[in-house]
Amino acid sequence: MFRWLTLAAGLLVLAVLALILVFTVKEAWPAIQHEGVWGFLTGDRWVPNDPDGPGPARPMYGALAFIYGTVVTSLIAVIIAVPISVGIALFLTEFAPRRLRGPVITVIDLLAAVPSVVFGLWAILVLGPWLFDAYQATHGLLGAVPVLGSIFGPPQGPRAFMTAGIIVAIMIIPIITSITREVFATVPNADKQAALALGATRWEMIRGAVFPHSFGGVVGAVMLGLGRAMGETIAVSLTIGAATQITANLFGSGNTLPARIVQNWGDPGIPPGRSALVGLGVVLFLITIIVNYLARLVVSRAEIRMKGASA
Amino acid sequence: MTQSTDKVLSSDGLTFADRLTVNVTETATAAHRASVAGPVVLDLANVSVFYGSYEAVRQTTMSIARNQITAMIGPSGCGKSTILRSLNRMNDLIPGARVAGRISFHGTDIYAPEVDPIQVRRRIGMVFQKPNPFPKSIYENVAYGLKINKIKGNMDDMVEQALRGAALWDEVKDKLKMSALALSGGQQQRLCIARTIAVKPEVILMDEPCSALDPIATAKIEDLMYELAADYTIVIVTHNMQQAARVSHRTAFFSAEVDENGVRYGRLVEYDETQKIFTNPREKRTEDYITGRFG
Ligand SMILES: Nc1ncnc2c1ncn2[C@@H]1O[C@H](COP(=O)(O)OP(=O)(O)OP(=O)(O)O)[C@@H](O)[C@H]1O
Ligand SMILES: [Mg+2]
Repeated sequence: MFRWLTLAAGLLVLAVLALILVFTVKEAWPAIQHEGVWGFLTGDRWVPNDPDGPGPARPMYGALAFIYGTVVTSLIAVIIAVPISVGIALFLTEFAPRRLRGPVITVIDLLAAVPSVVFGLWAILVLGPWLFDAYQATHGLLGAVPVLGSIFGPPQGPRAFMTAGIIVAIMIIPIITSITREVFATVPNADKQAALALGATRWEMIRGAVFPHSFGGVVGAVMLGLGRAMGETIAVSLTIGAATQITANLFGSGNTLPARIVQNWGDPGIPPGRSALVGLGVVLFLITIIVNYLARLVVSRAEIRMKGASA
Repeated sequence: MTQSTDKVLSSDGLTFADRLTVNVTETATAAHRASVAGPVVLDLANVSVFYGSYEAVRQTTMSIARNQITAMIGPSGCGKSTILRSLNRMNDLIPGARVAGRISFHGTDIYAPEVDPIQVRRRIGMVFQKPNPFPKSIYENVAYGLKINKIKGNMDDMVEQALRGAALWDEVKDKLKMSALALSGGQQQRLCIARTIAVKPEVILMDEPCSALDPIATAKIEDLMYELAADYTIVIVTHNMQQAARVSHRTAFFSAEVDENGVRYGRLVEYDETQKIFTNPREKRTEDYITGRFG
């Protein structure tokens, strides 16, 4: 009975996903036809209204700049958030005295309860100016270094890929932390004791017993965080600067798929403008699915490498 | 009598060894301590172990001799595991656990403030009741201790040697990359022993190492213990009296008692050569226990 219920629930989820995909693709179809699949994915210009002339010219809808922005901000967010979250989770499960655990967990959960628009506003009003100074200082320091000089290029203002990445990092820390913490807590005591009985220090014990046990779960947590990061709309829209550009400069402004959708929904431009925005949603959806699939692959590969072949 | 510890001191260059001070003047006080054959490795003097304010085991005095198998037997809850864990400071991991009295390893108090518990555990290894290999490959299980202790040498050779030492090599040599969790319970336990001997401790503590195993796997481990005693000092807690009688040189019988306040606690009743304990015990309680009249 229970098996049938879970199977039915699983199928239902799949069906809903498939329906969403079908309907959004259908809605996006005019734009995809207009640009061609390849053109839509690799076009780096998004010109819904004719920029120079009075009459309607051929609008251009290319998603590449937003794909790029989504990937870059999410990567920044994950690179910042994962070490911090894993660190907090380790601290909570392995190091913190019992008395400290409750309060720390409460504070982090509260962080998760802050609405994203509030984060966004805080980021532009409070964090932004301060970050701008930091960007300028960093650029001053690294501007002349070959590769780093272009990554940490001249700041174009407080709104930038980096600002959006940082704010999204703060937003995904609670979710990654709480799942990671639970994953760490399931590591059997026997494994930890085995490591310690071999003369492991606490840190060696964590590396030898806690991490191998938790790898899959932690990757799962990171994927949830990444999904959240890629989909984050309001906070990113407020902090990224809404520029359609592809640049290595993390201190430059850009835009992401979901941010562009909300910015233009009310005024989508010459048809098929609205379809094109829906198309951005489809692209985001597909990226999420691909990333999750890759993550699964990584986990199963790594588990075999770490835990040994199962037979 | 005096204790000779000089051989052990020269065995390697570890920092813990450097700190060991030879204590040849300490004379045995209790009768059962005096009869230990050979050099004393671990010496317990009036050891009590507390969990918070609860004194679980009281006033234990015994010496554990080198290259001998010392068994600890007694009814459930009498504190065998508690005493065993205190011998390599695994008790440190239990919040509130505390040891009073003196436990010395080659004359050095292992609870002295300057002693690093990690070095203690490095030299006094432990095998647990339930086989607990890491969720890694067989090879990595054995290599782990070698890596963390930065033991130099050819890793493959050292892993092979440890697996041979634990009588497991022939069964796993073709599948070293396989997950350790795919082994049988008995094989897992021998892997745990291999992992322990890989780092070359002097003492191996075993807490009911066969209680989760079938008779054949148990027999293999017993044979193995016998072989290991040539190179290691072994302390084994067991509920199986035949096992204690079969494998051990000396047996300590612990019993659970109730004090004048009605608090249950564990106490070392008798400690002697195994043969003596099982054929001609000094204490009535011991006799009752081994003949199955109580416990
Ligand atoms: N972690 C702990 N915290 C508090 N009390 C403990 C703890 N471990 C053991 N005790 C108590 O110490 C006493 C001795 O326990 P111990 O586990 O050492 O007995 P044992 O002789 O090994 O028993 P068994 O044969 O059942 O394994 C018991 O009263 C037990 O309740
Ligand atoms: Mg026990």
